[in-house]
This record gives sequence, C-alpha cells and structure tokens, in this order.
Amino acid sequence: MSDIAERVKKIVVEHLGVEEAKVTENASFIDDLGADSLDTVELVMAFEEEFGVEIPDDAAEKILTVKDAIDFLKEHATS
Amino acid sequence: MRRVVVTGLGMVSPLGVGVTDTWSRLIGGESGIRRIENFDVSDLPAKIAGQVPRGEASEGRFNPDDYVPVKDQKKMDDFIIYAMAAAKEAIHDSGWLPQDAEGQERTGVMIGSGIGGLPAIYNGSIVVHEKGPRRLSPFFIPQSLINEASGHVSIAYGFKGPNHAVVTACATGAHAIGDAARMVMLDDADVMIAGGTEAAVARIGMAGFAACRALSTSYNEAPATASRPFDEGRDGFVMGEGAGIVVLEELEHAKKRGAKIYAEVVGYGMSGDAYHLTAPAEDGNGGFRAMTAALKRAGMTPSDIDYINAHGTSTPLGDEIEVGAVKRLFGNAINTVSMSSTKSAIGHLLGAAGAVEAIFSIKAIQNDIAPPTLNLNNPSEACQGVDLVPLQAKQRPIRAALSNSFGFGGTNASLVFKEYH
Repeated sequence: MSDIAERVKKIVVEHLGVEEAKVTENASFIDDLGADSLDTVELVMAFEEEFGVEIPDDAAEKILTVKDAIDFLKEHATS
Repeated sequence: MRRVVVTGLGMVSPLGVGVTDTWSRLIGGESGIRRIENFDVSDLPAKIAGQVPRGEASEGRFNPDDYVPVKDQKKMDDFIIYAMAAAKEAIHDSGWLPQDAEGQERTGVMIGSGIGGLPAIYNGSIVVHEKGPRRLSPFFIPQSLINEASGHVSIAYGFKGPNHAVVTACATGAHAIGDAARMVMLDDADVMIAGGTEAAVARIGMAGFAACRALSTSYNEAPATASRPFDEGRDGFVMGEGAGIVVLEELEHAKKRGAKIYAEVVGYGMSGDAYHLTAPAEDGNGGFRAMTAALKRAGMTPSDIDYINAHGTSTPLGDEIEVGAVKRLFGNAINTVSMSSTKSAIGHLLGAAGAVEAIFSIKAIQNDIAPPTLNLNNPSEACQGVDLVPLQAKQRPIRAALSNSFGFGGTNASLVFKEYH
C-alpha cells in the first residue's frame, strides 16, 4: 500500500494534464490544479477503477485535495 | 435589411486540412474516398468512406493536438474537434478576434451537426450495459450534445453573442449559414461564426445508413469510383466526415475594419416536403420551392446563376429528382448554368455537407472555376440536358452560385452567394 500516494499522483497528472511537480499533497484539485466539477467526478471514477473501491457520493464530496484522496484510499483500497 | 458578407473560411475534409489544400485537390480531380481501416468493416455492406486523413500537420494531415489540448479531447467527440479546427482557420482568416466586450458580445456562433456525438453515444451505451451507470464518464453528455460545438468555439474565443445550433440532417450546414446570416441581417449580431460539422463514420453510423439502404455497396474494391452523382452506375451515397465553417459579417462592419470580402450572402430559401422520412418527393417539389425562395430573396432570376453546387448525393432517386427540379426552374437558363456535385470527391458529409459545399460555391465565384463531378462517365437519361461538369473542373465566369442541401425528414435549403465588388 506504500505506493498509493504515487499511484494517486500519477492519475491526477494523467487526467488533469498538469505537471507532476504541481501535484503536491496539499494541492486542491479545483483551486490549484485547474479542475472543474466534471473533472473531479472523473478523477474519483479513475480512483475507483485503479483501487477497486466504490467511493460513495458523500465521501467523494470531501475529496478536495490530493491528500484527501490518498487518505481515503489508504483506508479503503482493495487493490 | 442589413447586408451580409463572408469574410472567413475554414474546413476539414476528406481531401485534407484547410480550405486551400482541399480546394486545390478538388479542382485537380482528386478523390478523398478510401477503404475504412480504423474499425472492422468485414460485416458491413459498405466498407469505404471519405475520412479526414489523420497524421502529422507537416504532411498535410489532421492532428487533433494542433487544435485541442490532449487533456480536453476526452471532453469532445470528433465532431466537436473538427469544428474547433475549421473555426480556428475561419476566424484567423477573417482576422476578427475581438478582445473588447462589445466586439465579443456582438459575435455569435451557429455550428450545427446532423447526428453529433454518435460514436460517443455508442461507446457510452456499451459502458452502461457492460459496467453499469456508475462507470459512465461525466463528459459523456457534453461530448455528444450537438450544440457543444458552438459552446466550445464560443468559450475558446470569448464570443458572447447568439449561441445556437441547427439540426436538419443533411441540410444542417446550409440552414446554419442561412439562419446565421439572418441573425446578422436582423441585427442580433454583427458577426456570426456559422457552419456544420460531422464525424459519424463509425460502425453504428455505417450500419444505420446501410440499414436505410442509402449507401453505395458496389464499389468497395474501387473506393474512388463509388461516389458518382448523376452517373448511370450510381448506387447510393458514400459516407464522409469533416467540418465547414464561415465567418459571416455585416457589410459595413467588414468594410470599416478593412476585411477581405469573399462574397455576399444574397439568398436563402427553405421548404419541407411533407412526404417521407428518407425519400424526396418524387416531383422534386420541395427542392424546387427552396431554390425558388432563395432566388426570390436574392432578387435574382435563374439566368443570374452561373454555378449550382448540387445536393447530388449519388443515390439513384435523389439525383434525378434534383436535376428535374433544376431544369423545371431554370427553363432556357439551363443552357448557360454549370452544375456539379462535389460529393463525388469527398462523399456525403451529412450535417457538414451544406457548409463545406457553400465554401466550394464561394471559391467557385472567387476563382471562376466550377469544380468537377467525378466518375460521371455516362449520365443517366433523366440527368441529361444540363452541364454537370463531368470529370474535369471548368474555367468559366461565375457571378453567382446556388448551393442545394436536402435532408432526411424532407427538409430543404438553398443558399445563393454573389460576387462582391
């Protein structure tokens, strides 16, 4: 599970088309990485696919930063 | 009524990227119809199409990365990407890139499509069926909505005037230009970015038109000869894809900024067949009335028209009906007009056809050249008695041109363009 952070960052880089250096743990998808509301929905779907987990809407709403995603997935990831 | 002129042209077609390349290949008698290689056609009766050549721009091919950032391409089905490319060319050609609020608010967008994101809908359906609704992309709807072509162009350039989209099957491009010209005439806008786009050359699109028995199926082994409007051997249309977009501008607005003026939009006529879902009325009444209305609006008679860009899709029924309607309308003036179908070279671009063909009509006026009807070796009996510009382009004076577009549902549109001095 130690590579969860790296896998999350890789997905963010691919989906938002941003430079890797900008994807810090505290970066906000919308405020810092240029995502809009549809991009964040797609990101959550990509996390679900990559980590074999279902992220309910109320949990997805709280995933606002890279760290939020890593923390959630560390707790719930199955793959 | 305010006068409207064309000040910018843009195009992506099976003959290439850009108006200049496409036009020179068209005049040179080249065909853009080829065997489909990018998806399985083994079980389809029609295995050929006019597809936009993909590859590197340095080789004259279409590379979507040149028009839309890679990360944004997943938000658009191909019909939107083609529209972005054609709009970029047309807008830069016109030199109209307003940065002030008034200029942006007085510029609108009207880009239609016949079917829109059909491939995206097909792929989305498979996802829902196989993986369930939770796996469907949030971009599925904006990828496929027809008016998102107008939406994306407006966002890219800040055009905040009327934002609209026409959907009238194969008459879409002509209706879009005609309706947008009226918006400028009626002072809703000073400039309109108008045209049509289509990218339905996919398994489901090919299967759908094949099921209507509309496609050519006898020339799969000789693709360049399949689209043969008016010829005895014609057996259906050939699917095409691409986009055509023009910049329409109020005359005084164009003159004031010293814009290059290609032609004036002088006539636009519409009609409905009220007859059949896919077949044209046998007496050609719908096309006849659309052409009549366009000439009336232009204040012109048939003898003022030197070139007709026919709808001419290469279907057995449609071509004869159109020629019959033209002959009936033109009377003795049939002896001085040249009429060709450029679908012989690029296939049928459906919702983009009317816009691409409007551009060909404008280029015909600008260059005094009627583009050819390829593969017209033996005109069928009902298609005789008019110069159909067989096989080779023809240099001749062209003062004004009429462009016909007829669509499924029995919808007809005719546009008249005139040289501007």
